[in-house]
Amino acid sequence: MSSPLIQSTRSNPKEFVTPFRRHEPGTQPDYFYPAYRATRLRAPSQPLIFLPHTLSEVTGPAFGHSAIGPHDQDLTRQHAGEPLGERIIVRGRVVDGDGHAVSNSLIEIWQANAAGRYAHAKDDHPAPLDPNFTGTGRTLTDNDGFFSFVTIKPGAYPWRNHHNAWRPAHIHFSLFGPAFVTRLITQMYFPGDPLFAYDPILQSIPDERARQRLVSKFDLETTKPEWALGYRFDIVLRGREATPFEK
Amino acid sequence: MDLTPTPSQTVGPYLHLGLTDTRSISRVAGDGAKGDRLRLTFRVLDGEGVPVPDAMIELWQADSEGNYAQHDGAPNGASFLGFGRLATAQDGSCTFETIRPGRVPGPRESVQAPHINVSILGRGILKRLSTRVYFAEEPANAADPVLALVPENRRATLLARPDSTRPGNWIFDVHLRGEAETVFFDV
Repeated sequence: MSSPLIQSTRSNPKEFVTPFRRHEPGTQPDYFYPAYRATRLRAPSQPLIFLPHTLSEVTGPAFGHSAIGPHDQDLTRQHAGEPLGERIIVRGRVVDGDGHAVSNSLIEIWQANAAGRYAHAKDDHPAPLDPNFTGTGRTLTDNDGFFSFVTIKPGAYPWRNHHNAWRPAHIHFSLFGPAFVTRLITQMYFPGDPLFAYDPILQSIPDERARQRLVSKFDLETTKPEWALGYRFDIVLRGREATPFEK
Repeated sequence: MDLTPTPSQTVGPYLHLGLTDTRSISRVAGDGAKGDRLRLTFRVLDGEGVPVPDAMIELWQADSEGNYAQHDGAPNGASFLGFGRLATAQDGSCTFETIRPGRVPGPRESVQAPHINVSILGRGILKRLSTRVYFAEEPANAADPVLALVPENRRATLLARPDSTRPGNWIFDVHLRGEAETVFFDV
């Protein structure tokens, strides 16, 4: 088991809880990014108030196997027939900032179909819906932090943020991790997509290396012969500050 | 392996597909949970005061004794989950059923006032917004170590107020930007 999040006041009188590490500048987007139009009215204008971590921040909900249904991790087997498009396997490992596995942790995903259409009432992009594809899945990481999904490769889609605006193909990911502060919503992209430079949502991340972390890698080891191409997407959640006990 | 944390991206306008159509949780505390029951309505408004109809609120809170749930609910029903998740409606609102949280220890022997930890996600929001709901008229607020970090003239934005038309109902407005802007925390 990883080291305890909560230390007793007797053994560690100064700090009741072990806080999580803060983000390095440039590695996360700012809230206000006017090239992404919707941020103009939805990003806070006031500076955030720094909150030292308490029990409230270092605890978080846990979800067990009862939360996962039998086909939740295979988005190609949720309907009578198989969806159109390229079948892919997305595999990865969730670790924290110290490289420790984040095990038995809930991951939820959703995406457009191969034509770039979401099974959502608000998507009116004139691309066909696929009756054999809803595009949503969930799984738990295993004891070593690994996860995998089977799905089809989503298409790019237009989104009217600016003239001729297209989102690069992406899969939405939602993770909890062990604590309120490790909650992460992100998007996975595919290697070699020509749309990256034109996408304000991806470009909102200031650091180029940080942006690259969201691009999955083609992985021959995950690829199954005659079945599906494999993509590797590892996810790193926040690690904890070192304490005298851990050194 | 590069161990810098993965960057955040917006949850986007189709969050319902993955997170709330079939996976909403409005009852944070089951019938068997101890404590004062209440309904908490959030209203999310943008920088022009217009309701945000495509946001998502998640909340995380302690039980009536100030303890956070450490495991998920067993199939035969733990009464207290402590976690809720809802999408906002056309009028920007969503309503949770829960119990008033107890007091949780804070840093340096302090005790925190009853509060609910809130995440706000949505289109146009590039990374999770974090805030807290405190309760108006709660005497413990005066000594809360987190409220003390907030400039005095902004503390009121963190107070849920009772709905005068319906006892047991509380209202918390989230102003994302602008004049009445809610305090958000760097967690």
